[in-house]
Amino acid sequence: MSPLPPTPSQTVGPFYGYALPFPTGGEIAPAGHPDTITVRGVVLDGAGQPIPDALLEIWQAGPDGDLTGRPGSMRRDPVTGGFLGRDGVDFTGFGRVATDADGGWVVRTLPPGPHRPGAAPYLSVCVFARGLLHHLFTRIYLPEHADALAADPVLGALPPERRATLLAERDHDRTYRFDIRLQGGDGGHEETVFLAFA
Amino acid sequence: MSTPPSPPPGSSPALASQAEIDREIAAQYQSYVDSRAAGAPARQHPDRDYPPYRSSALRHPKQPLVSVGDPEDVELSGPVFGVTDVTALDSDLTRQHTGEPLGERLTVTGRVLDRDGRPVRGQLVEVWQANAAGRYAHQRDDHPAPLDPNFTGVGRCLTDDEGRYRFTTIKPGPYPWRNHRNAWRPAHIHFSLFGTAFTQRLVTQMYFPGDPLFPYDPILQSVTDDAARQRLVASYDHDLSVPEWSLGYRWDIVLDGPAATWMEEGRL
Repeated sequence: MSPLPPTPSQTVGPFYGYALPFPTGGEIAPAGHPDTITVRGVVLDGAGQPIPDALLEIWQAGPDGDLTGRPGSMRRDPVTGGFLGRDGVDFTGFGRVATDADGGWVVRTLPPGPHRPGAAPYLSVCVFARGLLHHLFTRIYLPEHADALAADPVLGALPPERRATLLAERDHDRTYRFDIRLQGGDGGHEETVFLAFA
Repeated sequence: MSTPPSPPPGSSPALASQAEIDREIAAQYQSYVDSRAAGAPARQHPDRDYPPYRSSALRHPKQPLVSVGDPEDVELSGPVFGVTDVTALDSDLTRQHTGEPLGERLTVTGRVLDRDGRPVRGQLVEVWQANAAGRYAHQRDDHPAPLDPNFTGVGRCLTDDEGRYRFTTIKPGPYPWRNHRNAWRPAHIHFSLFGTAFTQRLVTQMYFPGDPLFPYDPILQSVTDDAARQRLVASYDHDLSVPEWSLGYRWDIVLDGPAATWMEEGRL
């Protein structure tokens, strides 16, 4: 049987803000977990301007490399219909954050573990924005795990300046920076590497 | 408000006319038709660089995407949701306030499938839309059409074992936007979908059959393949209409992208 033709993508538009983001969307780590890391950045357009209406989704392995995921990212209150927030215990592996007026975003999560022996752990990121007709995937690799990073097949196939766009920079202890540039610009800044899955 | 508002002087750059946008849409379409005639594969999704949609200009990558295909990629699994993440009322957008919203009451239903035709079970479907007058409950929507105190326009549900979703809502109105002069979006409902793999993630828009605004809309026309574009349009289904209550529309969704092969082998 030939595969069914897929439903085309359309832009998320400007008005998803009351529908998709949810409280604690960026708080992927169980509250107060001592291993929590913070990953922050900005989303920029081809003119180097911040994009205030982008939406990022994160999917990642748990610290043990487990990719099973769990429900409960957007727990709801059946009494009011509002959001309860995460339960503070389970790690769902999923986060969703809208950029702020300055294009900024922050997630707090647990460092992913290797999803197979020797794999370089990463956060998978799906980017949506007004003006973007089809979402984009990228990856946030953390700078630790030097041996695994050196052996990663995706990173290994990229020239150094492209490879660098997939590596978070350590700002200070347990805090990382990862900017996303949807388009390379005249200012010389490198466009983020985006991925296609075969 | 009885007259249309005039924009403040000097507030925006000169906008293209609809005729200019129509010519650009036609040129993009012809370029795709020519590429097909020359043997290029069918394009199932919009090109991210689609000049008639002005906001795409600085928001599309110029470099080709980097192909990855390791069967152990993290992206071949994906987030899961459950009964804790939705409430029973979420799928009825007409019952989220004390009164009934204005507008034509609808049932919108269909199945979420992968490209092999397998149902996507127990997964989250999210929708959002304008009210019957074409206004979103969003602070940045300044279209001078009335807000409806009984309609927010947000819904969620989980698919059942057949991959089915079902929403009760009202028909959204078309609305103006500033892509070009006299730009109007055809009526649509935004959909957000998850598959079993993060690679299958989809955000899209469902349109209503026979909308006269289709040819003028650069967002819908960004899907240059005729058959693909038609897949964004729901079907009116009289059997789904409920007597004395609501009109029925059916829209099936097929998620693109690979999933882990071990799921196909039933070892999940």
